Amino acid sequence: MSNIGSYEEKVKNFSWSISENELEYENGKIINIGWYCSDRICQIGKAEKVALYYEGFDGIEKKFSFNDVRLAGNTIGTFLRNLGIKNEDRVCLYMDRIPELYFSFLGVLKIGAIAQPMFAAFGEESLFIRLENAQTRAIITQRKHLPKVKKVIDRLPSLEFIIIVDNIKSKSLGDKEVSFNLDEASPVEKMEIFPTSAESPSVLHYTSGTTGQPKGVKHVHYSLISQYLTSKWVLDLRENDIYWCTADPGWVTGTSYGIIGPWSLGITQCVLDAGFSAQTWYRFIDKYKITMWYSAPTAIRSLMKAGEEAIKGFNLSSLRHLASVGEPLNSEAVIWSEKYLGKPFHDTFWQTETGSIMITNFPDMKIKPGSMGKPFPGITAANLDPLTYEPILEPGKIGLLAFKPGWPSMMRTYWNNDEKFREKFINGWYLTGDRTRIDDEGYFWFIGRDDDVINTGGHLVSPFEVESALLEHPAVGESAVVAKPDEIKMEVVKAFITLKPGFKPSSDLELEIMNFIRKKLSSLAMPQEIEYMDKLPKTRSGKIMRRLLHAKEWGESIGDVSSLEND
Amino acid sequence: MDEKNLQEIKDLVLNYVIKEYIDEEEEKISYDTPLISSGYIDSFSMVSLLVFLENKFKIKIPPSKATPDAFDSVNKIVFLINQYL
Repeated sequence: MSNIGSYEEKVKNFSWSISENELEYENGKIINIGWYCSDRICQIGKAEKVALYYEGFDGIEKKFSFNDVRLAGNTIGTFLRNLGIKNEDRVCLYMDRIPELYFSFLGVLKIGAIAQPMFAAFGEESLFIRLENAQTRAIITQRKHLPKVKKVIDRLPSLEFIIIVDNIKSKSLGDKEVSFNLDEASPVEKMEIFPTSAESPSVLHYTSGTTGQPKGVKHVHYSLISQYLTSKWVLDLRENDIYWCTADPGWVTGTSYGIIGPWSLGITQCVLDAGFSAQTWYRFIDKYKITMWYSAPTAIRSLMKAGEEAIKGFNLSSLRHLASVGEPLNSEAVIWSEKYLGKPFHDTFWQTETGSIMITNFPDMKIKPGSMGKPFPGITAANLDPLTYEPILEPGKIGLLAFKPGWPSMMRTYWNNDEKFREKFINGWYLTGDRTRIDDEGYFWFIGRDDDVINTGGHLVSPFEVESALLEHPAVGESAVVAKPDEIKMEVVKAFITLKPGFKPSSDLELEIMNFIRKKLSSLAMPQEIEYMDKLPKTRSGKIMRRLLHAKEWGESIGDVSSLEND
Repeated sequence: MDEKNLQEIKDLVLNYVIKEYIDEEEEKISYDTPLISSGYIDSFSMVSLLVFLENKFKIKIPPSKATPDAFDSVNKIVFLINQYL
């Protein structure tokens, strides 16, 4: 029997107080995620239980108990506090998936500051935009990422400290640079945990939209209530599980379910700080006897591509439950995993803004391969009519996926952008930006985005951001960016560009532009293909008609072109 | 391909990888250093490396052969290139 038991019964009798009671949280009292994920677990008798098995790409292995995690969080938190970092200051975590990343996250929260996790593959401009918007006071990073920070530091007057976790003594420190080595620091046994309340800000994750710059999604400590219970009921985490969440904490899955969920439940988790390779992943599961595995469709499709040969020689029988997130999970992937891994992947749907799983195929519930599943108890989900914004009651009709606000982990606002936040709500519903249909058994089915945002390998990329960056390349006259279908990543970034006079199309120039975007924004945003155009399709008012280019890539009808500019 | 040419290609690919994908100057990258499985180059960036190889050596590598495993070290990349030269 799974943790959730009867889904129908839980839906009928649901209250978030179930989670509050299990966590012994009382309304109006202190709630601090950093404390809940370490100190509390030690207090309930699991201090010596393994919290983290870490393996680096270079083969280095480390093991940490919950008491080690508690001490590391205390030590880093105290170090930050001694620097003068205060509650609600933003502290950026810009590291690979090394143990210090996980411990810093807790340390930042323990002092009441706001953790701002940043994907380490982000280039300098992506970094700059997010640090400037958040007015970040400190960044914790590694030497290998320091060159990117140095390129933008002069434009970031609010950034006072660059904390390097692996500095070597022979390397002198530059302006604003501070060295902090966890292995050499004296462990701090006791520290005063900042008395954060339910609505105190905790985590700031940036997400991309169709237009404008990335938006900082502000979460609060009360999000724990959702993240704890969804980890228990959806991921079905149990006392003796060995859990592996493959997401990077630079993204919301990596914090909600790569740190908060498992550790608030006192679950042992594994981290592999290495790039994708089917053999490496299978070996990792076999070696650590992973029981619960939370991954992404892109990774699953890559494993499918590697074939069953890649599985041979590995024992994957420890796997008990599998789940997936980031993009729609195609039915073939569900069927494949059941056949070759012995268990089906359960799709989970949620967003940076929702903070926790909203719709899912629950354990012990009949999976409909390709479907998103059903709403989590306590979540009111609907498919809205795009004209009236009223729920569509007729099964099978396509509408806009929306949720009734009020669940604990819902974003509280976009950082410095309340206006954009308010735009997400219409008629009392939070609009996800996705289109879905609901079948006659209440299962939700993903249809597509309701905007131009590109979902590549589970990561959202703003076409606007890439188009703007392209225009900064000296050869590019105009640009339009759309999603292109991809067998593994679902969608990839494709750019259409015109060149300025004096430049000629060539594959060398294509490569130069690709690398320009990769370094400036990130590898995710780098166009995987660039097509040169003599001119881009525009409306008579001069607006680029992105949808025509999108339709071309997807083999769809181009629809109404009456507003298309004539030659 | 003779040894001298092979060595030149290895050095050319190695220098390009270091210049384009490795942020830290002191990082020691050799012909056998894992590139993809280590996370130095991700599956998105691999596309730009593929374009570089195809442009530089005037070859076309089929998508089915441009796998993370085939790109996982300079030596493996050179082995792949050699099949299309």
